[in-house]
Amino acid sequence: MTRTIAVVTAGLTRPSSTRLLADQLAAAAVKRLDPVESDSVEVVTVEVVTVEVVTVEVVTIEVRDIAHDLVNNLLTGFPAPELKAALDAVAGADGVIAVTPTFNASYNGLFKMFFDVLGDAALVDKPVLIAATGGTVRHSLALEHALRPMFAHLRAVVAPTSVFAAPEDWAGADGGSAGGAGGSLRVRIDRAAAELADLIGSRKPAVAPDPFALTTTFDDLLAG
Amino acid sequence: MQFGIFTVGDVTTDPTNGRTPTEAERVKAMVTIALKAEEVGLDVFATGEHHNPPFVPSSPTTMLGFIAARTSRLQLSTATTLITTNDPVKIAEDYAMLQHLADGRVDLMLGRGNTGPVYPWFGQDIRNGIPLAVENYALLRRLWREDVVDWQGKFRTPLQSFTSTPAPLDGIPPFVWHGSIRSPEIAEQAAYYGDGFFANHIFWPKEHTQRMVGLYRQRFAHYGHGDADQAIVGLGGQVFMRRNSQDAVREFRPYFDNAPVYGHGPSLEEFSAQTPLTVGSPQQVIDRTLSFREYVGDYQRQLFLVDHAGLPLKTVLEQLDILGEEVVPVLRREFAVGRPAHVPDAPTHASLLAARDAAADVEVAG
Repeated sequence: MTRTIAVVTAGLTRPSSTRLLADQLAAAAVKRLDPVESDSVEVVTVEVVTVEVVTVEVVTIEVRDIAHDLVNNLLTGFPAPELKAALDAVAGADGVIAVTPTFNASYNGLFKMFFDVLGDAALVDKPVLIAATGGTVRHSLALEHALRPMFAHLRAVVAPTSVFAAPEDWAGADGGSAGGAGGSLRVRIDRAAAELADLIGSRKPAVAPDPFALTTTFDDLLAG
Repeated sequence: MQFGIFTVGDVTTDPTNGRTPTEAERVKAMVTIALKAEEVGLDVFATGEHHNPPFVPSSPTTMLGFIAARTSRLQLSTATTLITTNDPVKIAEDYAMLQHLADGRVDLMLGRGNTGPVYPWFGQDIRNGIPLAVENYALLRRLWREDVVDWQGKFRTPLQSFTSTPAPLDGIPPFVWHGSIRSPEIAEQAAYYGDGFFANHIFWPKEHTQRMVGLYRQRFAHYGHGDADQAIVGLGGQVFMRRNSQDAVREFRPYFDNAPVYGHGPSLEEFSAQTPLTVGSPQQVIDRTLSFREYVGDYQRQLFLVDHAGLPLKTVLEQLDILGEEVVPVLRREFAVGRPAHVPDAPTHASLLAARDAAADVEVAG
């Protein structure tokens, strides 16, 4: 079985610490979902009859690359082909990792635009891991007062652990913040990724909603 | 196959000279454009209906009645008539009256309207858009088909012993198209009744049209009105032409860049690739238009948008000359090639009358 994770990362620079965090979260989630494939050190033998092999496909969307298409979608009401492919990837994914830099104590505009044009049915019951980077740890609650309510509105299933990475998290050899309130960054990444993986594992493969599907009969419409 | 034009009726400043037409100029320009459409040999003129500036056509049957008096062949239609906010009783009366004045050269395209604030101006709520379209049209059909109507529903006062007057010309209601961009319920409604379905097909990707027409055709067959390829399909289209393709692009670009709806968004080139907009030579318009049937099948009506975004009247009339002289004659010839004999033409008053008389003859003979 193949499970897909869509990574939406809204960093503006290249290289970007937001992308770095996104990649680490994705790698940790893949490792949890598919320990055989991703663990190169230890060879694990599994019984084929009892263990279903899970392969994980990760699709990473750099929102920066489709920034103009996002503005155009807001103005015209429809996505250009490259943006449509990104939106379809998220709508069809089994789980989403959404990472934004912190701007003005919230997500940045690009991040918001992506989810504004995604459509309000795309994330229903979909596991989502939220994460952010910022210039100071004092912004870490932006995840709880900005991102989590937005995904709750979209009726996503947001993993309990959100991951915020401040400059000091990147500074230490072990991922920083060792012994801090949230534990080291590596610990938080692994915990959040495990929560996401378990949410994905407990669900059937995702089916993207089809806006053109007829969901009623005309007799029902006539009956009001 | 029918070819024509449809107009939104926007009053838009010409971005090349800053001039804004008055409402009077725009209303008269719409009439001039309709008369020109007949003169150059087009089949259909359809006007929008709007109740908010910067649009002027709030009273379509007034305009179409005036045009009817000054034309003899042109089919008069709408794009769209608001089935949500208009009282279906008034639609029944207005369009039956227009039928009589125009000797039957009338059909109409029903739409919901997508501007929230308009609904409460007429006592309605946009959240009821689909239920309004369903209930109002079910009543409209009865008003055109039954002498005396007793009716009760959710959205207007009940009717007791009501007779819509005048009755439709020859007892034959105007043919109805249902227009929609992406609401499958409307394709379903058109299929249920065996009415026409018109896909907007401007400002949106062709994939929308393909999905909606596909659904309509499938459901048309499901409801027993004929085979899927016998469903009655209309498409929009948006063109700007000059003899030389580069001249067309150069002249149209400022109108495109500043247009309502899509202006200040994607480039002309992007929008042309992503939607059916075609800016270029007459041959490019012919080639692009002929490609439409590759994703909707053989269809019955093609309407072009040629007069929005502040284009001056003189330019619009030149576009109609090119359409009439160089484009539509080729399209008529080419669309006829390979078109199966069992694919019908768009119904008209004359064809519906003939069909009814033929059915009556069969009954008498039987």
